[in-house]
Parts: sequence; structure tokens; C-alpha cells
Amino acid sequence: MQTQEILETIKMIDEECLDVRTITMGISLLDCADTDIDKACEKVYNKICTKAKDLVKVGEQIEKEYGIPIINKRISVTPISMLVGVSGGDPVKYALTLERAAQTVGVNFIGGFSALVQKGFSAGDKELIAAIPQALAQTEHICASVNVGSTKAGINMDAVAMMGKCIRECAEVTKDENCIAAAKLVVFCNAVEDNPFMAGAFHGVGEPDVEIHVGVSGPGVVRAALAKAPKDAPMNEIADLIKRTAFKITRMGQMVGVIASERLGVPFGIVDLSLAPTPAVGDSVAHILEEMGLEMCGAYGTTACLAMLNDAVKKGGVMASSTVGGLSGAFIPVSEDAGMIDATREGVLCLEKLEAMTAVCSVGLDMIVIPGETTAEVLSGIIADEAAIGMVNSKTTAVRLIPAIGKQAGEELEFGGLLGSGPIMPINQTKNDVMIHRGGRIPAPLQSLKN
Amino acid sequence: MKAVITVVGKDQVGILALIANECANAQINIADVSQTILDGIFTMTMVVEFSEASVALSEFSGYMRNLGESKGLVIRVMNQAIFDSMHRI
Repeated sequence: MQTQEILETIKMIDEECLDVRTITMGISLLDCADTDIDKACEKVYNKICTKAKDLVKVGEQIEKEYGIPIINKRISVTPISMLVGVSGGDPVKYALTLERAAQTVGVNFIGGFSALVQKGFSAGDKELIAAIPQALAQTEHICASVNVGSTKAGINMDAVAMMGKCIRECAEVTKDENCIAAAKLVVFCNAVEDNPFMAGAFHGVGEPDVEIHVGVSGPGVVRAALAKAPKDAPMNEIADLIKRTAFKITRMGQMVGVIASERLGVPFGIVDLSLAPTPAVGDSVAHILEEMGLEMCGAYGTTACLAMLNDAVKKGGVMASSTVGGLSGAFIPVSEDAGMIDATREGVLCLEKLEAMTAVCSVGLDMIVIPGETTAEVLSGIIADEAAIGMVNSKTTAVRLIPAIGKQAGEELEFGGLLGSGPIMPINQTKNDVMIHRGGRIPAPLQSLKN
Repeated sequence: MKAVITVVGKDQVGILALIANECANAQINIADVSQTILDGIFTMTMVVEFSEASVALSEFSGYMRNLGESKGLVIRVMNQAIFDSMHRI
């Protein structure tokens, strides 16, 4: 073992914010379904507390033994709408049960207060969606997501209309707490079933009973690697550098995942090799794009740089892990990324540019604070546009917007922690009511004749 | 199982002795040592054999970190597997 390699790893951890963002345990709750909601809740609580009782302990052990920070320990569960479909009753009860379980096992988040309605609503779906604002307002550690479209099913426009209202309600019921409920809700197109990242994690029905996923991070490491490259290095060399760095980061994630799965006696699921920024200095995806040669994230050329970054991260990571999955790519959550916050404040980064970036990044419009006056219909319009990008390009897209109730463009919301702070971004408020109120479905797109 | 101990800090008398002593007390065998001093900053990496150790790695790493802090040094004890996985295919 070369001293230089040892010191390189330590530098990545110490100075470049390399970390395992999350170890997420996926737990199926299908066997907890019961026609009596109270019995179902009891089964849910018991199953989570049994399966995940050592999750936090094992995470902390690995952190100490290997010297790699593991920021979050999380749980994802079967979409709760499926349990609501069997039991009926108030879905908020499930959210409170999950919250109790989260506190007992000590995890940072439980994701899966979710419904998959891309083609239509089945029993429990509408009830769950209606309960999301209260469920998120009354809990601290629970995240919700709704999948409203897919490449194979098209877009459920009734659900899109519903989710615009839902996001607004979430913000309104928590308007005294920085509208925080809206930050815990994601609206997806092409949601993935093994995503370890919040707020969109849920445990798909095709997954095993219990499994362990790992989400790695490390925008700072990639930026530091690029900073060493000469300013006249061609783009393909930059792509190569990103690949090599992503490889190392992912190998570390793979190792942590394998060890965690052995110690917990649970099968290993996937490594999600995403570049997930945090508001900390030196942990920004925007700064990687700027390192490639943009004065500020949002300049023309940003989409191209992001496309290359996203692809190179995947190429490097795929070789490093036998089971890559989840969202895997570069995240662009505005309020969680120091570089994006600055670019928004300067007015360089606008919603239209972000929308273009979501066509090539790993997810979508994420953690964007918009003026409180934004109507439910305008929100639905943004969701529909974003879902259309995902549907046509066969990729996951998502919307996590926070209408800052009572505030205007130019002001800011402070969330703190990993969620950061968000300058309120001015957006186009032109009416689209007639289109959104049509409802119905946008049919699935053609998969050939692609131009 | 092998572990890597790294020490970074201002050069002072007795760093190597301090670490070696703690290893001996815990039945940890030292396999390899390398050290350099760059601009007065002392950097040492030590590969040790942990299989006969009388303490758990997680416990030892916490103990050494605290010990380092009291002497103005950053001492890390990490399972060697993390370096192997990142730098070896």
C-alpha cells in the first residue's frame, strides 16, 4: 500500500467532504396489510423495529472502523397507499406509526408515504394523497412521494392537478415552519424502486423483503480532481478525470454496502452513485460545473457540462460496483448546493435553465423555493412539464418545489441542516388553468421514430 | 485484519514512541512504518496487524483520536480495506 494512496483517501474525507450519504434499509410492508388499520399499524411498527433495530449501530460501527463518515441512516418502505387500500381509514395513522418507528430505531428518515398513480388511482391512492399535507405536518422524519407518470403509461393529469394542490397545502399547513412539509414531498415521473435518497425513497414491490442500499456522495472530490487539470485540457480528458474519481468513490460505497449487509444479515441491494451536494463549502455540484470553465452555474454551456458530468459519473461508477441502481447521477437541489444558491441570488440561474438541466441530470427540479403567490395550477403546470421531459426521455424526473407562503421573490427561506437555505426564485405566473383542469391522461409516447 | 494508523501534526519529540507504545499495550503488531516531514508538518502512516489485538478497532480508533487531540495531533485508525477497495482493482 502506497503512502500517497492512503493520504489521498484521507484528504478526500477530510478536505473534500467525501462521505457515504446514506445507508438505507428497504423493508417490504406487504405482509403487514390488514383490514383493521390499528392492527396494520402495529404490524408495521413491529416489523420496522425488528428488521432495523441494529441499522444505526452498525452504521456507526462502520464509520468508526473505516474512518468514513456515514451521514444518514434511513429506511424506505412499501408505498403506504397499498396498505391504505386494504385497511381504509385515515392514512395519517400510518405516518404517525412510521414516525414512532423512526424515533425508536433512531434513523434520520423513513421514506415511502407514497402512491404510484401513473396510469390511474386504485383503492387507497386518493386517500393517501389527500392525507399527505397533514401526514408531513404532524411528523418530522417521514417523506412522501407520488409517481404521476412513466414512459410506458404516460402522464396521469388528474394526479398532476391533485399534486399541485397538495404541494400548496403542504406549504400552507407548515407556513410557520418555513413551509417544511413541501420539502419532504416529491412528485415523480419514472420513479425508481430502489432509490436510497430522500425525499423520494420507497421500497418497490419487485424488491426482496429486506435489503440494504448505499448512496455515495462526493461532489467536492470531483471538483478537487478537476481543479488540478489544466485550463486548456479538452473536455474528453475532463470526462476521464470524472470517471476515475467516480470509480474510487463508488468502490468505497460498494465496500460499505457489502460490510453493512453482512453485519445486518440482509441482502445487499444497490449502490446509488449520485453526486449529492450539501450546503457545506466544497460540497457543491454547481462548483464542479464552474470548475469546467463556467463563470457561474446557469451560464450557457451549463446543460452540456452537466450532461457530461452525469454520464461520466455513471461510466466510472458502473465499473466499480456490481449492482448499480437507484437514481445514480448528479443531483441539482438548489437550496442544498452553495454554488446554486449563489447563482440564484445573482439571477444567473432561473427555473427555465434548471428545467433544461433536468433533461440531462439524474433527477429533476429539486428544492427550489418559489413565491408564495404561485397557484396550484401553475405548480401543476411545472409538474406536467417536468413529467413530460422524463416520459419522453425515458428517465426519472421529479419536482420538489417549496412555495414560500407570504413571501416574494428576492426573500429567502432558511431550512437548516442538509436542506440548506433557498433564495425565492421568481417564476412565470402566466395562467394555465384550462389545461390543468382538463385532467385525463397524456398517452404514452412512441418508442420509435425518435427525433 | 490489517489497519492503517495515520498521524498528522506539528513535529515534536516522541510521536513514534507514543504510537508504538499504545500499539504494544493493545497487542497490535506493527508491520510497516513510513514518515515524512513536509514544512514542519509530521506525517506518518503505519500498517498494523490487528488480529491479535486486545481491543476492538472501533474502540481503539476512538481512543487514539482523543489521545491525538490532547497532543495536538490528528491520529486516525482505519481498517485497511477502505484503501484497498479505493485504489486496487
